[in-house]
Amino acid sequence: MNTATIPIPNSQASVEPDSRTQPPAPSERVGNALADKLFSGVTRGAALIVFSLLAAILLSLVAGSGLSIMKFGAAFIWNAEWDPVKEDFGALVPIYGTLVTAGIAMLIAVPVSFGIALFLTELSPKWLKRPLGTAIELLAAIPSIIYGMWGLFVFAPLFMEYVQPSMIKYLGGIPLIGGIFAGPPTGIGMFTAGLILSIMVIPFITAVMRDVFDLVPPMLKESAYGLGGTTWEVMFKVVLPYTKVGVVGGVMLGLGRALGETMAVTFVIGNAHRLSGSLFAPGNSIASALANEFTEAVGDLYSSALIELGLILFLITIVVLALSKWMLSRLGQQEGARA
Amino acid sequence: MLKTTLRITGALAAGVFALSAASSAFAVDITGAGATFPYPIYAKWADAYKKASGNGMNYQSIGSGGGIKQITAKTVDFGASDMPLKAEELDKAGLVQFPAIMGGVVPVYNLKDVKTGELKFTGELLAAIYMGKVAKWSDPAIKALNPGVKLPDDAISVVHRSDGSGTTFLWTNYLSKTSADWKTGVGEGTSVKWATGVGGKGNEGVASYVQRINGAIGYVEYAYAKQNKLSYGQVKNKDGQYVAPDDDTFKAAAAGADWAKTPGMGVILTDQAGAKSWPITGASFILMHKSQEKAEMGREVLKFFDYAFKNGAAMAAELDYVPMPDAVVKLIQAEWKGKIKDASGKGLY
Repeated sequence: MNTATIPIPNSQASVEPDSRTQPPAPSERVGNALADKLFSGVTRGAALIVFSLLAAILLSLVAGSGLSIMKFGAAFIWNAEWDPVKEDFGALVPIYGTLVTAGIAMLIAVPVSFGIALFLTELSPKWLKRPLGTAIELLAAIPSIIYGMWGLFVFAPLFMEYVQPSMIKYLGGIPLIGGIFAGPPTGIGMFTAGLILSIMVIPFITAVMRDVFDLVPPMLKESAYGLGGTTWEVMFKVVLPYTKVGVVGGVMLGLGRALGETMAVTFVIGNAHRLSGSLFAPGNSIASALANEFTEAVGDLYSSALIELGLILFLITIVVLALSKWMLSRLGQQEGARA
Repeated sequence: MLKTTLRITGALAAGVFALSAASSAFAVDITGAGATFPYPIYAKWADAYKKASGNGMNYQSIGSGGGIKQITAKTVDFGASDMPLKAEELDKAGLVQFPAIMGGVVPVYNLKDVKTGELKFTGELLAAIYMGKVAKWSDPAIKALNPGVKLPDDAISVVHRSDGSGTTFLWTNYLSKTSADWKTGVGEGTSVKWATGVGGKGNEGVASYVQRINGAIGYVEYAYAKQNKLSYGQVKNKDGQYVAPDDDTFKAAAAGADWAKTPGMGVILTDQAGAKSWPITGASFILMHKSQEKAEMGREVLKFFDYAFKNGAAMAAELDYVPMPDAVVKLIQAEWKGKIKDASGKGLY
């Protein structure tokens, strides 16, 4: 089936002005103009608050980490040491842990969320739609500490007892990727943290995906089905291209949460400042390092290094956002080229 | 009907208002902040003191580091720290320091066939385990100390604190005193660079990891080991005796210390001499300004701790803390008399 023949309309369809409304009386219009000005001023102010807040956060992070930046310079980013006694700090381990756990989370959460959203919008019987949708929204409302406690008290022991030993036995021996699944089964570590994170972000990604899938005009889908398309084809060649901006937005929302999640990760990641190729080894993420160490950080350099970690997390989030925007704009260009 | 209801409500409101006004006129509520380890006992003392005197004490367990910062900035009436400040640090900030409560840190383990109290450790062995040099329970170094104990051939999973903590300070201080390798390789502090293992947040975090990981070893405050029914080991003290942790061995460690000659009473009770001394004992300290700008508040803080020293011993024992011995309390009171003054230089105690 050739999808290029299916016209994809612009999602921002122009709205015809309603000709039935009469223009208001002149006196009213003067009042309205003033109210309009006031209103636009207020909204502009609200928008400016966001910018000034962002700037203030960035500024205070930079100022707070000044001591550490001056002492360690750029080497802070690739230094794997974290020694509070000798005051030698580097961010490599927490950066690595943050990226790896968020990566695992996205690897699991994106396909699962896609499946749930697809089922909900296309395949689910009508009576199941509402309860399933509500259940997913409820999952999103559970506080992160509950996920952390569940991960530590329920998931980790089961995982350690029944899943991890066979994963180590069967996957640990494979050359190249075997090292990823090496080490003693303790139930906690970067893999568990990523898994818990994926459960936490699934409701977010699913909710966004379902909402945008629902926005696809039924006519489009029906014509595709009418042309003999399978559900798979309709999904990948009609629905996904139509909704890609929303889908990427949902994935980014999930990624943002996975990068910054603190309590749940702190419970299950193992909190060790050590670099390890194995996903079953304990690690550390930026957010959990901050949660663990900030209260008892004695000494200015120690506090400053922790604030610099916060600054790095802030920058990582900005880079991720910028990348997603760039990806979207490239997708848009390709679309234009094809048309 | 409506009128009566209104009148009653009005009277009630007036009554409540009068009550609150009265209590705010007479009660002086002091605030403190710092170490998390002594929080349960300070809260208990505060509750009893409120009933006895009508005055409240509000303690925020934000951590020792935070406590030191807050008392230096004078945002609280007293600060609390598990790690004693050095004499020059005290002088620089104009602070007085005294110990308020003691406790012990114990090594805990999770081995199916080994009961509590059965395993014996030395400082060197614990240091070697925590540096990853002794990595199996069947290691000859463990077997040599524990003949006859059925030790499995499992890997040792080391558990340490992930947050900065006075417990970690006592633990690493003890390991530094008993192992030269530890002293040069890792050192002591509220948080250190761990060579191996996983980190749990708080005593409860370490306790739950040790309970869940087979072959785990960790260190927690004695109260947590007892409440969570963790198996704990005996440790060899400075006199070469193997002792089990309990109130008596903690008290023995405190009794042997030279409180009077240590500046700022900042005695670190690890590795104390005495046949019965538990080697990983420690005190938690209170910090106050020498010159009290708000004399009334300073006086109230001293009254609170005076009450706690006189009446708080039973409450401390209930929560598995160790109260300060009488001889030490006398020294503390002398310190108060000599050092804590109001703005005009008059003593507060």
